Parts: sequence; structure tokens; C-alpha cells
Amino acid sequence: MAAKELPLSKDFFKGFWKENPVTVQLLGLCPTLAVTNTAINGFAMGMATTFVVVSASTLVSIIKRLVPRQVRIATYIVIIASFVTMADLFLAAQFPAISKALGPYVPLIVVNCLILGRSEAYASKHPVHRAFLDALGMGLGFTWVLVLLGIIREVLGFGSIFSLKMFGDWFTPWIVMILPPGAFFTLGIIVGVINYITGKEGSETTCH
Amino acid sequence: MEVILVFLSAAIVNNFVLTYFLGICPFVGVSKKVDTALNMGMATTFVMTMTAAVTWLIYHFIILRYNLPFLEYVAFIITIASLVQFVEMFIRKASPALFRTLGIFLPLITTNCAILGLALFAVLREYDFVESIFFGLGAGAGFTLALVIMAGIREELELADVPPALRGAPITLLVAGLLALSFMGFAGLLSV
Repeated sequence: MAAKELPLSKDFFKGFWKENPVTVQLLGLCPTLAVTNTAINGFAMGMATTFVVVSASTLVSIIKRLVPRQVRIATYIVIIASFVTMADLFLAAQFPAISKALGPYVPLIVVNCLILGRSEAYASKHPVHRAFLDALGMGLGFTWVLVLLGIIREVLGFGSIFSLKMFGDWFTPWIVMILPPGAFFTLGIIVGVINYITGKEGSETTCH
Repeated sequence: MEVILVFLSAAIVNNFVLTYFLGICPFVGVSKKVDTALNMGMATTFVMTMTAAVTWLIYHFIILRYNLPFLEYVAFIITIASLVQFVEMFIRKASPALFRTLGIFLPLITTNCAILGLALFAVLREYDFVESIFFGLGAGAGFTLALVIMAGIREELELADVPPALRGAPITLLVAGLLALSFMGFAGLLSV
């Protein structure tokens, strides 16, 4: 396999920029748009997703020879749903406020195409340590975009950053930024700017 | 009366795609032609209504009765995956013509977050059985509406001179923002 020739660091770092799950592959857009009204929510969602994608990819890679081909997708989904349940219970027990703010979007990590995509396209074909690094890179790549989106929307929409007030009384918050339209605008502009920097002509989602 | 409010709320005021960001992937990926969008929307509405009914039964008669809340997500996703498979087999046998129109979209629906989102929201809002079904119908209608509107706009966008970096998904997201903004105009319509 050609991928074996790649250094391990490539497996890890490709998720940050070159194959970033949000800005390049446009995967997992539901949580990206839904919970990034503040930076801390974006961070929490990113971390929860990273936990699930790393655990699921590692486990899928360990059991890849035991799973019959016909039922592999169903198996992966059950594995993912189990890890999501753990993440959900953990958040509810340790960080009730964040768990409440994220609401049903935590269980919706189950259907984040990013996670199933990594299990199917990468972890099921590669050794454990590579699957782990790949998933960790993708998870952190997902997290930084969510935090960036959260920071932009929080600064413009609330005038604060990680709940610390940034401006004086002269600042009028742009309410639209914390409402649904603000999420669409911000992500559209971020993807556009990144396409402009990398010289790419437009982008399409690889998931339906 | 109550069920009509649930339907309208899910379809228009709290549109699944434009307010809850559920089903964004097909919204960005599939919505390029109006008739494809309409078929996708119909397939999704069908699965959504079935899902609403079946997950309500499973939640109330299995998960609550035997006190298994930690199995909720696993049970829901398995239900949805099997339901999609079942619907596909049924349509293939019952109506080959309908299968040719909807067929290719059905497998994709399993990972459409709108379906799982629907099941989760129905539980959170404590709908009864009939309300759940209307919630599913309304959510499906809202999804179809958003998909078809977007497809119509994108057909026109083909002719527009969009800056290269914004072609495809970025311009779709910006248009979706405008749509979401106009759908916010319905916000005062009802309070459910």
C-alpha cells in the first residue's frame, strides 16, 4: 500500500490543513454550524468529537479482521454510538452547563460523517498506531475550526471571548452572528477565504 | 389543532435545516437540481415519518419500561438503519417505479443527521404518539422545502459569475444564511 510509505507525522498533520475535515472535506457540518455560537461550546464539541473519532478509529482498526464485510457499517455505527453515549454521560456528569448548551447535538455526533468516514476509509485498512494518529489529527483539525468559528461569532455576537468582555459600552453586538444565519455566513466566508489562500476553485462536500 | 401547530412549527418556523442545522450535508451536497431535490426530500420525509413512529414506540415501550436510557442512542441508530433497509426492500418489491426515483437516495438517509435529530427532539419535547408522527411529517416537509428552494437558487447560480474561491459549497452556505435570515421572519407566527 502506498500509504505505508508516508511518514507517521503526515498521518497526524494532514487533518489540520491539507485534508481538514471541515474546511476542505466539508464533513460534520451540523455540529460545526449548530454549536459554535460561543468559543467554549465549539471547543467542547470539538473535544467530544475528537474523543469519539479517536476511540472509534482505534477500536475499528483493532477488530478490522474480525468484522465481516457485509455488516461492517452497522458494526462501526454501533461502536460509534457506544462511545458517544460515554461522552454524553461524561459531559452531563462533569460539565452540566456545557452539556445543557450542546443539548441534542452531543448524541448527534453519532451521525457525524467525519467519524464513520475515518473508520470506513482509513481505520479499517491501516494498523492501529496509524489509525490513532489519523483520527487524532482529524479530531484536532475539526476542533480548531470550531473554536475559530466560535471565537468569530462570540466576539461579534456577544462582544466577548471565552465569556470575557472585550469591548466597552460603545459596542453594539451583532445579534445575527449568534443566530442561525450568522453560522452560515461565517462558515461560508471561512471556507471561501481558505480556498482563496490555497488557490482552490470552489469545494464540494464529500458526504451526503 | 395541537398537531397542526406541531406540523407548522417543524416545517416552517423551526425549519430543521435552516434553524437546527440538521441535514446540512444533503442540503449542500444534493441540492443542485430541483427534481433531484424533490425526490430526495420525499424519500427523507417518508423515512422521517416512519422513524418518528417507530422510535416513539421503542422509547416508550422498551427503553423507558426497562429503564435503559443509556441504550437510547444505540437503539435509535440501529432502528433507523434497519428501517431504511426495510423501506428500501419494501419499495423495491411494491413499486419498482418509485424505487427508481427514490432508490439511490435511501442508503444515504441513514447518516442524515435530520433523522436521528428528529428522534431525539421528539423525546426531548415529550410528544405523544400522534404528535410525533406529525412532527416527523412536518420536519420532512420543512426539509423538502429548504432543499427545493436551495436547488432552485443553485440552478440560477450556475449562470452567475461567482468568484472562483466561493464556487460550490461556500456560496451555498452564504445563500443558506440569507434563506435562514428570511425564515426568521416566520418566528413570530406561532409559539410552540
